[in-house]
Amino acid sequence: MNAQKPFIDIRHAKKSFGTLEVLKDINLQVDRGQIVAIIGPSGSGKSTLLRAINDLDPLSGGEIWLEDKQINMDLPHRQYERHINEVRQEIGMVFQHFNLFPHLKVRENVTLAPKMLKGLSDAEANALAEEQLTKVGMIERIDYYPSQLSGGQKQRVAIARALAMKPKVMLFDEATSALDPELVEEVNLVMKQLAEEHMTMIIVTHEMGFAESVCDRVLFMDQGVVVEEGPPEVIFRNPKSERTQNFLRKHLAGNQA
Amino acid sequence: MDYALMQRVFPFFLEAAWITIVLSVLTAILGLTCAMLGTAARLSRFRMLRFIGATYVSVFRGTPALIQLFILYFGGPQIGIQLDAFEAGVIGLGVNVGAYMTETMRGAIISVDKGQGEAARTLGMSKWQAMRNVILPQAMRLMIRPLGVNLNTLIKSTALVAAISVVELTYTAQRYIGSTYKPFEMFLIAGLLYMIIIYVVGLAVTWADRKARLN
Repeated sequence: MNAQKPFIDIRHAKKSFGTLEVLKDINLQVDRGQIVAIIGPSGSGKSTLLRAINDLDPLSGGEIWLEDKQINMDLPHRQYERHINEVRQEIGMVFQHFNLFPHLKVRENVTLAPKMLKGLSDAEANALAEEQLTKVGMIERIDYYPSQLSGGQKQRVAIARALAMKPKVMLFDEATSALDPELVEEVNLVMKQLAEEHMTMIIVTHEMGFAESVCDRVLFMDQGVVVEEGPPEVIFRNPKSERTQNFLRKHLAGNQA
Repeated sequence: MDYALMQRVFPFFLEAAWITIVLSVLTAILGLTCAMLGTAARLSRFRMLRFIGATYVSVFRGTPALIQLFILYFGGPQIGIQLDAFEAGVIGLGVNVGAYMTETMRGAIISVDKGQGEAARTLGMSKWQAMRNVILPQAMRLMIRPLGVNLNTLIKSTALVAAISVVELTYTAQRYIGSTYKPFEMFLIAGLLYMIIIYVVGLAVTWADRKARLN
């Protein structure tokens, strides 16, 4: 295998909802351990792109590769289901609205998938849950139900749930957008910790400060295209494109208002 | 009011009430079975199955249950379906209530937040694993009360099978009216017994609903 091959390789990604083109020929390569932020106005296609990576929103055209495996392979339905279920085990995803399973305790939220899909015993799964929940600082709430947690706590559990599958990549879809401002930091800290452990991450976010301090690369998307990409200090300090400048200016003004 | 008469016929009404209960239970079991199949069909990824499910629901909700019973019981022999009145009652009402329960179940399943299925799928669960472990447990809680409403309607609909001569509560009331000419008393007893059955079932549904919520 070619060592230069990107870890995640998105080639000519296209996506339409009816006549609306939300992704127009997107290319994105992410190396192992890299942390990429995707920013842009709502409706720019950034969430759609992220959701295409694990096939929640399948592409209309183009290819997505994880290492040497094509994610959106063209297979008959049954085979594709088996394939995508395996691929998804390697891709953790964190949602804006947490999507914890409300009928299960925190512990079971974390152990459900590893037990079912990796055949872990109860003891192994419990140990795994305790390990992951300790990591996100939620071990004390292991026997709580999601409804008994704050938003920030829910999101940390959701991260632990994703990590328990030992994914190769983590996708964050506006993980802090639904949180009260004072709860954002605790989730950001967990994400920073993952960054220090060199987890490969793609982060769709509105938190420019966080993106700047944590990410290796920033993509600015607008109207289904990548307008500009580069290291955070360039995108945030010296953006070349006028659209990027306008977006950042508006965003900054919005945050101060 | 002729209380003495009411007392005299009451034991026979109790027997008839037992038939109503048995009829209701069997019908509910058949209805739930039809509803599970109907729901699976309506949520299938195959267009043909979805069409069959939707047709089932619209045909059986779109025509009077009484007509359905008549077609099955009186019309059945013409096309080679020979059922006694009780069998025709159970099958006719069961398939009918199954159509209503299909919509109840489907409604509960699709009202579980879409993010739940997505979260399960992103962890690597198959559609069925996500349905079984994440969506259905949540849908179950949402469907207990509306299924209770279906059940309530079903119990009252069993009165219809009097029209095909099943000897249940309503038929029994009619029979005693024929010999006593006391419709007020006879229907009053029948109505009272229906109310007791429905009250008890209502308590059971409330209990099940509360238990599901606490869990």
